[in-house]
Amino acid sequence: MRILPLVPAVLLLLLFMAGPVLWSLYGSFTNAALTGPNAQNPQWIGLDNYSRLLEDPDFPRSVLLTVVFVLLSAVVGQNILGMALALLMSRASGGVSALIGGVVVSAWVLPEIVAAFVMYAFFTGEGTLDQLLGLVGVDGPNWLFVAPMFAVILANIWRGTAFSMMVYRASLDDVPPELVEAAQIDGASPTQRLFRITLPVIKSTIATNLMLTTLQTLSVFTLIFVMTAGGPSNRSMTLPLLAYEEAFNFLDVGYGTAIATVMLVVGALSSVVYIRMLRPGKD
Amino acid sequence: MAVPTAPGTTGRTPALAAPGRRPSRVAANAVLVLIGVCFLVPLAWLFLSAVDPGASARTSLPDTVSTENFRAVLTADIALRPLLISFVLSLGSATVTVLAAVLASYPLSRYQMRFSKPFLYTVLFGTSLPVTAIMVPVFSLAVRTGLLDSIWATALFMAATSLPMAIWMTKNFMDSVPVSLEEAAWMDGAPAMTALRRIVVPLMRPGLTVVFIYVFMQAWGNFFVPFLLLRSPEKQPAAVTIYQFFGQFGAIDYGQLAAFSLLYSLPVIVLYVIVSRSVGGSFAMSGAVKG
Repeated sequence: MRILPLVPAVLLLLLFMAGPVLWSLYGSFTNAALTGPNAQNPQWIGLDNYSRLLEDPDFPRSVLLTVVFVLLSAVVGQNILGMALALLMSRASGGVSALIGGVVVSAWVLPEIVAAFVMYAFFTGEGTLDQLLGLVGVDGPNWLFVAPMFAVILANIWRGTAFSMMVYRASLDDVPPELVEAAQIDGASPTQRLFRITLPVIKSTIATNLMLTTLQTLSVFTLIFVMTAGGPSNRSMTLPLLAYEEAFNFLDVGYGTAIATVMLVVGALSSVVYIRMLRPGKD
Repeated sequence: MAVPTAPGTTGRTPALAAPGRRPSRVAANAVLVLIGVCFLVPLAWLFLSAVDPGASARTSLPDTVSTENFRAVLTADIALRPLLISFVLSLGSATVTVLAAVLASYPLSRYQMRFSKPFLYTVLFGTSLPVTAIMVPVFSLAVRTGLLDSIWATALFMAATSLPMAIWMTKNFMDSVPVSLEEAAWMDGAPAMTALRRIVVPLMRPGLTVVFIYVFMQAWGNFFVPFLLLRSPEKQPAAVTIYQFFGQFGAIDYGQLAAFSLLYSLPVIVLYVIVSRSVGGSFAMSGAVKG
């Protein structure tokens, strides 16, 4: 009786989350397709989809692009810029912090597809970036063709930095001022105070935030889909886009599902690490 | 708890630093403004293009400011019906999620049960699964069960994907409501569900508002899920029609795209401001994640 209230939530989660995950595992062992005979009666083909993954030159490249995208845009870009903004805000005047904080957060509050349009207009040929370069006499190219990864990485930094900034701003408030003062009296330089005191004190927040931004960035689809659609010639085809393309453009659902399963496993492993980090003495 | 505006935090620099403080503050202000301008330029494009009938991908002050772009997209087919569908989808999934989350949180928060902890960890695990990865199987499941193109199934699916986070947040909010108040009701013989409805829910209204708005915003901004699951044009929400508007005619009408984008973004901006004013906004959200 007591667990009755849990039923709606459990049903929803089983039907719409656990179900698809299991179906995904099963589907990746079949040759399911969206059309044709294999759509009606998919055959069990064992590990064929997975061995195909290993032979397919697109897959390792897609893994590499995903790693580059996550590393540069989330781990390096959003985290370091977010931390820098938080540290600067704790020194700057209140009005300036509030204003700049508001601007940075606006990019994050916009729906993802709108952020993607804005970034498209910024990086496209004769777009805003080229206009700015023109001011210093440089004739800029269409960045989405010439350097698609550069464009989508900067776009994701622009859109996502606000989250890290807000997390770090709040955690900096938790650093006891006495600690910093004491170090200052002992003659520690600002850099020493940052690396020896402030960052070690908030290191669990940093770890949590790294994990969260990594997981969010791993599944970014819309931003890249709108800006480059994975192109030109697959040069920005990260795993979510590859899974989409195989399943919906090439109608090879089994193979697309195998790619999705790889992403699920990577995501699941990351969240296990994340939960382990949260556990010690925190609830 | 406060969003970037809390002025109290700036005065925290130790008094000892007084002599060197002014130049460092000026430098911090300067660097912040510089970064802020980089973030502002793309946003400025959005606002300027929306009121510029001759807008391009470049950012420039319009020759004439007009509402032409807005009038062009404010038709039933382009913006109005899709926005209404977005509203129905988001309202539906937020309502379902909040109801399911409140019900689920009650036993998790109030009773000592053996499986509470494993359940909560499973939920936490669910919050971090990449939803993008399950879309291929969700699509093929929808085809097989005939639920493709169904607005209510899409709303339920979006409700389910936000549910782990919603349960986690709601349970944390409920933990902060003292049990002593309900104990009085139990003494009087009121069933647990009555206590939940009459005592707990009214006390956690601000928290539930945050959860509701959070789920609503997620559903409103979701492009990938309705893009895959809703195929007929007359059932598609604004997130999907705005994409077709972007890609359809070869040459993009940037002015109308920007105007539509602003109309579509307006509700989430308003909701975000409401949340950040009342409870500390995104911060309460990210705080809730950390338990």
